[in-house]
Amino acid sequence: MSLELKNVSMRVNGQMHIYDTNLTLENGTMNILLGRTLSGKTTLMRIMAGLDVPTTGQIFWDGKDVTRMRVQDRKIAMVYQQFINYPAMSVYDNIASPLRLMNKNREEIDVAVRKTATLLHLTNELNKKPLELSGGQQQRCALARALVKGSGLVLLDEPLANLDYKLREELREEIPKIFESSGAIFVYATTEPEEALLLDGNVATLWEGKITQFGPSSEVYHYPNSATTARVFSNPSMNFFSMRKSGEYIYFGDKQKALASNSLLKLQDGEYLAGFRPNYLEIEKYTDSAIKIPVHLNVTEITGSETYLHLSHNGDYWIGLVNGVHEMDFNSDIDVYLDTRYIFIFSQDGVLVEPAFSSIDSFKEGSNGADKA
Amino acid sequence: MNKTVNQKAWFLVLPVFLLVAFSAVIPLMTVINYSVQDTFGNNVFSWVGLDWFDEIIHSQRMHESLARQSLLTTIILLIEVPLGIFIALNMPKKGFWASFNLVVISLPLLIPWNVVGTIWQIFGRKDIGLLGHTLSILGIDYNYAQDVLSAWITIVIMDVWHWTSLIVLLCYAGLQSIPDAYYQAAKIDQASRWSVFRYIELPKMSGVLMIAILLRFMDSFMIYSEPFVLTGGGPGNSTTFLSIDLVNMALGQFDLGPASAYSLMYFLVVLLVSWVFFTVMTNLDKKGAA
Amino acid sequence: MAQIKLENLAHSYISKPTSKSDYALQKMNLTFEDGAAYALLGPSGCGKTTLLNIISGILIPSEGKIYFGDKDVTSLDALGRNIAQVFQFPVVYDTMSVRKNLAFPLQNRGADPQYIKKRVEIIAKSIGMEDMLDTKASGLSADAKQKISLGRGMVREDVNAILLDEPLTVIDPHVKWQLRTQLKALHEEFSHTMIFVTHDQTEALTFADKVVVMDDGIVVQVGSPQELFERPTHTFVGYFIGSPGMNFFDVDIIEDIISMGDVKLKLHSIFPDLKGRVELGIRPEFITLSKDSGDIKIEIIRIEDIGYHKIVRAIHDNIKINIVVPEDVKIDNNMKFASFDRDHIFIYQDGWLVEPKEAKR
Repeated sequence: MSLELKNVSMRVNGQMHIYDTNLTLENGTMNILLGRTLSGKTTLMRIMAGLDVPTTGQIFWDGKDVTRMRVQDRKIAMVYQQFINYPAMSVYDNIASPLRLMNKNREEIDVAVRKTATLLHLTNELNKKPLELSGGQQQRCALARALVKGSGLVLLDEPLANLDYKLREELREEIPKIFESSGAIFVYATTEPEEALLLDGNVATLWEGKITQFGPSSEVYHYPNSATTARVFSNPSMNFFSMRKSGEYIYFGDKQKALASNSLLKLQDGEYLAGFRPNYLEIEKYTDSAIKIPVHLNVTEITGSETYLHLSHNGDYWIGLVNGVHEMDFNSDIDVYLDTRYIFIFSQDGVLVEPAFSSIDSFKEGSNGADKA
Repeated sequence: MNKTVNQKAWFLVLPVFLLVAFSAVIPLMTVINYSVQDTFGNNVFSWVGLDWFDEIIHSQRMHESLARQSLLTTIILLIEVPLGIFIALNMPKKGFWASFNLVVISLPLLIPWNVVGTIWQIFGRKDIGLLGHTLSILGIDYNYAQDVLSAWITIVIMDVWHWTSLIVLLCYAGLQSIPDAYYQAAKIDQASRWSVFRYIELPKMSGVLMIAILLRFMDSFMIYSEPFVLTGGGPGNSTTFLSIDLVNMALGQFDLGPASAYSLMYFLVVLLVSWVFFTVMTNLDKKGAA
Repeated sequence: MAQIKLENLAHSYISKPTSKSDYALQKMNLTFEDGAAYALLGPSGCGKTTLLNIISGILIPSEGKIYFGDKDVTSLDALGRNIAQVFQFPVVYDTMSVRKNLAFPLQNRGADPQYIKKRVEIIAKSIGMEDMLDTKASGLSADAKQKISLGRGMVREDVNAILLDEPLTVIDPHVKWQLRTQLKALHEEFSHTMIFVTHDQTEALTFADKVVVMDDGIVVQVGSPQELFERPTHTFVGYFIGSPGMNFFDVDIIEDIISMGDVKLKLHSIFPDLKGRVELGIRPEFITLSKDSGDIKIEIIRIEDIGYHKIVRAIHDNIKINIVVPEDVKIDNNMKFASFDRDHIFIYQDGWLVEPKEAKR
């Protein structure tokens, strides 16, 4: 089974919601659509489901053109952000409903429902009505209803967004297990890069209706092909600064100068855009190749074990994430340090020139993604 | 959402289509046909163009009916809208009494219109009507059949009694949708009762209120059964409103030509005002959302 | 501004509660210091919104008293207590401009127009809306409306406390940052007492000076974010705070030896005799993995790389165990042993932290 989108675009009321898109999803893969709100994730999902017909382009399921096929005829399942269950039916009936519509016989339905309920830890709730359940349980019921059909394509549109933080963590752990046991193509939309990394699989980063990159999560994370992809696939967002390389030095910020090292050395002289993820800023010079950057500290936020620094650098808004609890004066000028190993270099229009040295390291040794025992 | 097209659905619509054609479209065509022709009977028609329209526009009789109708509609709206809002604001929102009140308020809406007219006709009679008799005991000179003022007052009160509930129900529904948090915030802000009404309740109700006013306008502009049963258009023609006048002309005098022209103009007036209303409503909405 | 004190406070929605389960809030004594930022943190249904509504006066508690400073305000409503509340969804007067929205509370009190103008401008500047003062409120985005709600609460200088009920719920995730830091900056600038209800630990820990952790109507622990992370006094706090939360194992303990199934661990301190359910808690950040030796044998099920660290999901004796490994430490499936950092092992009895009898080095 494979799902292919060919030259698909979507125009609504004169506005482009999805630009020319080509995407192929293979059988048994988990695919994540990562992007901010209104970046086009839901629109794209609806096109894949068949709820909306694209303005241009075609959709192929296993080589067959299904672009004009009605949603009811395609074998897909969808789970929404708002837990959608039939309120008047019990959990058992909810899960059984798609099978009943397919006219399966009673024993088959019973077996399938119980198996899915066990997978989603709902066995004790089968006789209750959805409104009697907690939020997490309701969402699991919606998930069960989606999975019991054994569809080839399962679409999940930010299914955990309405759940408590802790519940989200727990369900997020279960989803990969459910996915592995079903063998279908999963498409999961989310705004959080962390979810994309935790769920593993392939990631398509979306920005304003365009897919900027598609590939295995770890690869897109460590080798973003553009500044836009890097920005989307970072939480907190990646920090950027313009710089010029000349000879052995780089020049940036307000008359700052530093020795070029690691990926910076490989560059031709010229103007570039440098990007780095917030957790690599430190308040002490931690390695030899760390460069000093004077910044203005606006505010700090302390979690139990880490401190977020909200900084301004040359008019740009930066976020730093440092280990440990640091009480600092708000609205002061401080120096932060950044090891050049972690700097991504992009051309001035945002195309990747050199990945960070650290990416090359992580990728080389293959300690990426989910290694299953 | 683009719904997928299914041609079979047209067959389901066909019966309705035929029904509407017979009961509405064809008669309407007939009316238009009559409005541009004259007949001396025996099914002989001759083309007169826009003569009837011309006559109607300049007819004194039509102007007077229009004036009466406009006055009535204005009075009705001026009373019913504030009254309806007031009642809706004071109805309980939760508990047993909420349901009870809703049922009681809805009762007048369920009565057939000519029965409403009959109720009030009997109610107002001096000899056997509770209202009429009480008023005459109190020495008040009340006779809806002979006194113009009494007739008007009775008709207005009858309409208020009959239709205010519609506005109440619509406004009530609008009020229900306001989350508690708004009232709490207003309390914390020390807003006066009037401020709460003006800044929270009225804006939130404005959508349904517009619909309510539009409906009441249209219905009262076309009012027929109730005043006809009550006063028959009298005393004299003091309560002859537009539709009563039209029926007199068409069925009483059998002037099909002028009557058809009259009814078409009537239709256009209602259409025009409704369109104006609708445009104002959606513009207010757009401005609000922009 | 005043200190807020809750004395023997409890709340039940039933008129004659008979058992603990009839209470939405179990008896508690809490003090909120003047000018500090607090978070009420807990899962859905734990009672945090009930508690907030009791503090604000929207709900009168069925038992106990509330004091603002020295004044008993238990029977006073929100107005009488002089507090401001920001709700989950923005509450703004749609027909009014931003300026009029902010001025509204002061106008209702008959304040001097010059004073109102000045206050509105100060507040508008601190919420970053000074160039939108004359825009109508109805067309603005959700986060702008929430800022207006917040501003309206702060425009009164004498407000005793600002209460926020999950105010970031409707805000776009990538804008949540900005609003959160703005709240923090506002707190720095104006020093109001602020109480923030949330189920998101990041929100709670970044915003508050002290966090009140609640579960099922009980106040489980009150402490600074650091204290809650480093020294949870209840298993719930260990579980709820930290992503992933603390690992727990059922153990037996005699003096300074822990027995976990077949495994025996020696601790740095001696513990008294303990009855009931005894658990060992250790955060995933304080476990190290090794190929050759360690405290317990484990089997790695899954390694999740989330960029700046990895989460290793493993099992020991059919018990799930999570380990957090920094980015540059290499992990592979041959690592069959895990070791616990002795300084970060906590012992819990029936959920509550047990202090050692004496430390032994």
